[in-house]
Amino acid sequence: MKAKIIVTPKKAVLDPQGKTVQTALEHMGYRGVKAVHVGKYLEIELDGTDKEAARQQLNDAAHKFLSNPVIEDYKLEIE
Amino acid sequence: MNFVVLQFPASNCDQDAVHATRILGHSARLVWHKENSLGDADAVIVPGGFSYGDYLRCGAIARFSPVMQAVKQFAENDGLVLGICNGFQVLTEAGLLPGALIRNRDLQFHCEHVYLKTVTTDSPFTSQIPSGKILRVPIAHGEGCYFADEQTLASLKAKNQFLWQYSDAAGNITETANPNGALQNIAGICNEKRNVAGLMPHPERACEPLLGSADGKLIFDSVIHALQSRLAKAA
Repeated sequence: MKAKIIVTPKKAVLDPQGKTVQTALEHMGYRGVKAVHVGKYLEIELDGTDKEAARQQLNDAAHKFLSNPVIEDYKLEIE
Repeated sequence: MNFVVLQFPASNCDQDAVHATRILGHSARLVWHKENSLGDADAVIVPGGFSYGDYLRCGAIARFSPVMQAVKQFAENDGLVLGICNGFQVLTEAGLLPGALIRNRDLQFHCEHVYLKTVTTDSPFTSQIPSGKILRVPIAHGEGCYFADEQTLASLKAKNQFLWQYSDAAGNITETANPNGALQNIAGICNEKRNVAGLMPHPERACEPLLGSADGKLIFDSVIHALQSRLAKAA
């Protein structure tokens, strides 16, 4: 199994990287960019086939360690 | 007094912290992150650096070191803990201080001297700072922008937990004096119990006139004064 975790800055948190990328896109002539948020992507390879157990374990890890709930949100997918 | 200075892989201000406490006439000992005990520590310094290469997030991995369990216990028992720069980041990640430190708003690493206004002398970390004295101390960080949600920020303010704010030389809290975009110019805070504090600037690099400023000494003097008062009370 493989888990994919996407970590993004919370909306209320200043995201200078996102802002800079947005400005660069605008300067390059790409139109209609409303906002950019720069986050992290983690790919985790797992043993076993029990998706529910893996989800429970990774939700715990994502909350405690892989993301910081004060400043970040995360999305978890298991395939 | 016996200071313990933690040492993580890639801590790099640990020796500076040891030096600062020793020139003030006290003893300091380095404790490796894999140790489970702080021994006879009277106070703990979590030093600056780039623990674990700042991988994942600054301080995110260091907080799970065995020694951090001992630090949590030490703080629960009212021990004094001071986190400097990366040490501040480690303490927020560990939940010993509220909020988080994020990328500087201009995405630049700032290495310069700044001015700090001490918000309150009502803490073991600020009691010996003369009223109205503006501290001049260095900063050296890329992720020092203090963030907390509105509710946390309001609570910090209401409970007088802001310790230092970035200011100009006259003590005015201005936008241009803010090197990293920290909310309300926050440079350092303490916990509700007032025994754990963190700040992004480096007082340990400003304890001798030879280094351009000895203002950082006032923070260590405050900690030493608090420890000595505790001993006198216990006697």
